[in-house]
Amino acid sequence: MGLLNRLDDPYEGGGIVLGKVEELLNWGRSKSDWYLHFGLACCAIEFMAMNASHFDFMRFGTIPRTSPRQADFIMVTGTVTFKMAERIKILYEQMAEPKYVISVGSCSNSGGPYWEHGYHVLKGVDRIIPVDVYIPGCPPRPEAFEEGMMQLQKKINQQAIFNKRKRIELEDSTKDESNKES
Amino acid sequence: MTAAEIFEKLGSEFGSAILSLTEEPATDSFITVDPAQLFDICHTLRDEESLLFDYMMSLSALDLGENLGVVYHLYSMTHRHKIVIKVSVSKENPVVPSVERIWRTADWHEREAYDLLGVKFDGHHNLIRILLPYDWEGYPLRKDYVTPDTYHDMKVPY
Ligand code: SF4
Repeated sequence: MGLLNRLDDPYEGGGIVLGKVEELLNWGRSKSDWYLHFGLACCAIEFMAMNASHFDFMRFGTIPRTSPRQADFIMVTGTVTFKMAERIKILYEQMAEPKYVISVGSCSNSGGPYWEHGYHVLKGVDRIIPVDVYIPGCPPRPEAFEEGMMQLQKKINQQAIFNKRKRIELEDSTKDESNKES
Repeated sequence: MTAAEIFEKLGSEFGSAILSLTEEPATDSFITVDPAQLFDICHTLRDEESLLFDYMMSLSALDLGENLGVVYHLYSMTHRHKIVIKVSVSKENPVVPSVERIWRTADWHEREAYDLLGVKFDGHHNLIRILLPYDWEGYPLRKDYVTPDTYHDMKVPY
């Protein structure tokens, strides 16, 4: 991450680092993501391996929370049945902004093995809550979890904090112009 | 006791309620009985000195087309013998006596059979759905089950 690299090369050799406040805040946010683990099926078992010492999920600064109010993101791991889908939605709505969603495994991405005959399975958790990162696999390897976590950190790092509306309007207007030209 | 001996023993006590014995190699032998007398038969199976089936290994239900079947796998810890009891009831009126008061294991097993196949267990103290939501309609493991289009505004098949 850019800010950290600059620590090795301080401005004028003394304890000054130049950078944006936004970068600093985002750096902090992305490196201390607390999560609400929503384990539903076999993918949650794989997530145990991810949490154990060998793969050590906590090195990303993640801490499991049991309350949605303290969580930054929710990890949906496994088969989302209709019965649980309603509960996921309630928990997601209880989380404080900014909030993110990681969907783990074929089941929660798209219904997976239950696509055809799953009378009880929601065909993808993104049909009820917005998903930020999809981790594919049935179940995904712990390396895939790591990749997914890195993608989420990347996303958080790039997010605007200040003057959001102004910047979005600016982006939209440039988009509109380029659309008109083409 | 062998299956034939158990069949004879039950037959001497319940007569025509014990319908038939099927013995096939490689599978468990099973006795088909009349559902109307099921509770008394099971009571005898558990408490009779020479039978003592004190352990219900599983209770399952199945769709036989015209009928619904219920299968009881029993084992005796004392005598180390086992037997399978089968009953079948019509789909229009699928009522089977509950054996929950004989083997407590049957409590949740019967609720599951009711939840997924709609077998009504007469005498069960709390026959409600166990896996599906309480407001689910229909019994999904029946062959003629039609998947609904939506559940609580969530689309089911795509
Ligand atoms: S995606 Fe595969 S491993 Fe994960 S919950 Fe579904 S069936 Fe289980």
